[in-house]
Amino acid sequence: MIPLSLNGSSVSVDADPETPLLWVLRDHLAMTGTKFGCGMALCGACTVFIDGKPARSCATPVSAVLGRRITTIEAVGNLRVGKAVQDAWIAESVPQCGYCQSGQVMSATALLSATPEPSDEQIDAAMGGNLCRCATYLRIRAALKRAAKFLAENPPAAPEKP
Amino acid sequence: MIENVSRREFFKQSGALVLAVFARDAFSQAPAFQPNAFVKVGADSIVTVVVKHLEMGQGTYTGLPTLVAEELDADWSQIRVEGAPADAKRYNHLVWGEAQGTGGSTALANSWLQLRQAGAAARVMLVAAAAERWGVPAAEVTVTRGVVEHAASARKASFGELAASAATQVLPSEPPLKSPEQFAYIGRPVQRTDAKAKSTGAAIYTQDVKLPAMLTAVVLHPPRFGARLATFDGFKARQVPGVVDVVPFTTPATHGIAVLARDYWTAKRGRDALQAEWDESQALKLGSAEIMAEYRRLAATPGRPARKEGDVASALAGAAKRLEASYEFPFLAHAAMEPMNCVVALRPDGCEIWNGEQFQSVDQAAVAKLLGLPASRVRLNMVYAGGSFGRRANPQSDFLLEAAAIAKASGGQAPIKLVWGREDDMRAGYYRPMYFHALQAGLDARGELVAWRHTIVGQSILSGTAFEAMLVKDGIDATSVEGAANLPYAIPNLSVELHSPTLAVPVQWWRSVGSTHTAFATECFLDEVARAAGRDPYALRRALLAGHPRHLATLDLAATQAGWGRPLPAGRVRGLAVHESFGTVVAQVVEMSRLNEAYRLERVVCAVDCGIAVNPNVVAMQMESGIGFGLSAALSGAITLAEGRVVQSNFHDYAVLRMPQMPPIETHIVPSREKPSGVGEPATPVIAPALANALLALRGTPVRALPLSSQGLVLA
Repeated sequence: MIPLSLNGSSVSVDADPETPLLWVLRDHLAMTGTKFGCGMALCGACTVFIDGKPARSCATPVSAVLGRRITTIEAVGNLRVGKAVQDAWIAESVPQCGYCQSGQVMSATALLSATPEPSDEQIDAAMGGNLCRCATYLRIRAALKRAAKFLAENPPAAPEKP
Repeated sequence: MIENVSRREFFKQSGALVLAVFARDAFSQAPAFQPNAFVKVGADSIVTVVVKHLEMGQGTYTGLPTLVAEELDADWSQIRVEGAPADAKRYNHLVWGEAQGTGGSTALANSWLQLRQAGAAARVMLVAAAAERWGVPAAEVTVTRGVVEHAASARKASFGELAASAATQVLPSEPPLKSPEQFAYIGRPVQRTDAKAKSTGAAIYTQDVKLPAMLTAVVLHPPRFGARLATFDGFKARQVPGVVDVVPFTTPATHGIAVLARDYWTAKRGRDALQAEWDESQALKLGSAEIMAEYRRLAATPGRPARKEGDVASALAGAAKRLEASYEFPFLAHAAMEPMNCVVALRPDGCEIWNGEQFQSVDQAAVAKLLGLPASRVRLNMVYAGGSFGRRANPQSDFLLEAAAIAKASGGQAPIKLVWGREDDMRAGYYRPMYFHALQAGLDARGELVAWRHTIVGQSILSGTAFEAMLVKDGIDATSVEGAANLPYAIPNLSVELHSPTLAVPVQWWRSVGSTHTAFATECFLDEVARAAGRDPYALRRALLAGHPRHLATLDLAATQAGWGRPLPAGRVRGLAVHESFGTVVAQVVEMSRLNEAYRLERVVCAVDCGIAVNPNVVAMQMESGIGFGLSAALSGAITLAEGRVVQSNFHDYAVLRMPQMPPIETHIVPSREKPSGVGEPATPVIAPALANALLALRGTPVRALPLSSQGLVLA
């Protein structure tokens, strides 16, 4: 059994240590918000946080996350930045088919957590690994900037770790 | 049977809201009021709109409920959406006859009257219920945002309070519909119903469906089109811990070996451990270059006529100036973010399927035939599709039949979820075909365009399918020549001919179908003609579109908004294109710049005539989406064959558009009072020619083959 720290809770899974975290989440833990798009860390649909940093869960064996904090799309809205991003996503009507959007939200949340006022170049660099075949890119950018503005105008009472 | 109750709490905790989508039986009660196939009103005032068209991103789950909410005078917040079951008698596509499905950018056009009438009928009955309850004339009862009111006696009621009584009222046969001045929702940027679920990881796709005792199937497909499985050894696959079974399968469309396990990763490891020998004696062994060379050769011979005006041969012979050009197009993969997948559960009396279901009637019939069932016993649950771009409407029902065949071959006890990996998806075929176009034009002494000969070479998508009888006439597949045979330009001598070579590569429609190649060939060649005649491309088009007011208005809107004709900084140019597809006209002007040898797409101005824009925000989203999709293919989209094997396998060698490559886009909608004509596809064909025409202006040389990356062109 492999113990994991997932969204603030302790869980145990019976999986081969080489199983990618993506499939542990989706198949063993029935958490289907994190998506499968390519299996080669090329599309970003599988993005989660490991110790607060974005990672492609399809290319991360579960053995590599022992003792580390995992955050998924299901819980990112509990974070101040994550909630602002999701609210902005809805306000800007970003999703079309929506399949890539869990990964987009995770990458956007990671970006704004590290860089509260990103430039367009920083947005390109941080989000360029998340594919969207519906090409919602313009609205992703607009929602990112909207969330950044909201966060700047509503500073936190205390700092929060993603 | 889903074990709802015992697993409900577990799923709630872990966040998988799988069962919420399928809430029937234990959870849901029959709605208090269900006047027709499309509208359900609960005692809680929730109005559920049953949508018969798949939500694959294009906005059906928002646009269609908007029509109901409008005529019902519901509040948008009380609207919910449910996907329709497979039932061609109640949910047929109105243009396709007694067949159900989604395609051709027709959902709104299809539903414009049907859903408005459904909502209006419900409203009449709610009003009648209130009138009866309050003993007042129905004409004095108003409905505003879900509140039914008789102002004179200061009485109000919600839909829920009246629902049971409404169900007893007379169903009106022709309820009055609003006039456009009365619209509260139509024409406004109403919030998408799926935005929240898709922003929070809660939306359910086929990939997310879970059933008790379900097994995941990962398949090994033939390495070449036309190869046959000779022998296989599943020993090593079965050695992988957790592999439950190794099952060969055959369907009319495909065959191979499936490895079954409780989870995807184990099944994939098992599949990767399979050893198989293939008989490739009959397999296709051609490469893309050979195929294109043969197409080029065919183009020089007479084809079947698709259009004939005047006498092209004489006009060309007598022309003062002649031009010619040829254009080459590769196979294209759909490459939706969600690879193809399907869940099949065999039941004692039939089967139940979960799928991002785009082709209900075709799929139902194919699965029923495979399993030896009546079609009515094949139940299809339509969930969200993680993109489709046409792929999920496969004329051979390829991946559904695969899942059904595996379910049957494995004994039928466990539900089967077929999951294709990205490599499986990219190499399974059913591409947009390769095409070769040859064009010749003749100008008279005054530089007027007097002759246009167009020859198209490429596989017929519809031959050998159920649609052949309807859409292939006199050897002309309508989808191969659409956009070329109905060229709107006034050219007195015009001919379009078609060659439909057969090839063992399976092909099908891809977002905007024939226009994906005909728009490029026609709009790029027209710019070459303009250049040869010393004419401005916009002015030339205006002159040739005199008989087409919608094209003119759309073109004018794009050109005006883009400032066509106003000077640009040095090294910056504009290119434009206009094209009608699926009843909608789209024009785009792109601005490109050059800095040293780097070319940059600076911005796109897009104009669209789609009739009444039910939701202008969704229209803009679809223009952006179509442009992004078409741009992706134009820049780097190509499936190539080497000795019959598909070269590409994943996003590292099938490059698709990423955020830094997306240009700013502004969308302008031509005001219209005509019924809606669809926006899912029409923006896609226009961006590539607009871009190529800008490159022509910038470099002086035309683009004659796509993708640009194959021509050594990479945009900054």
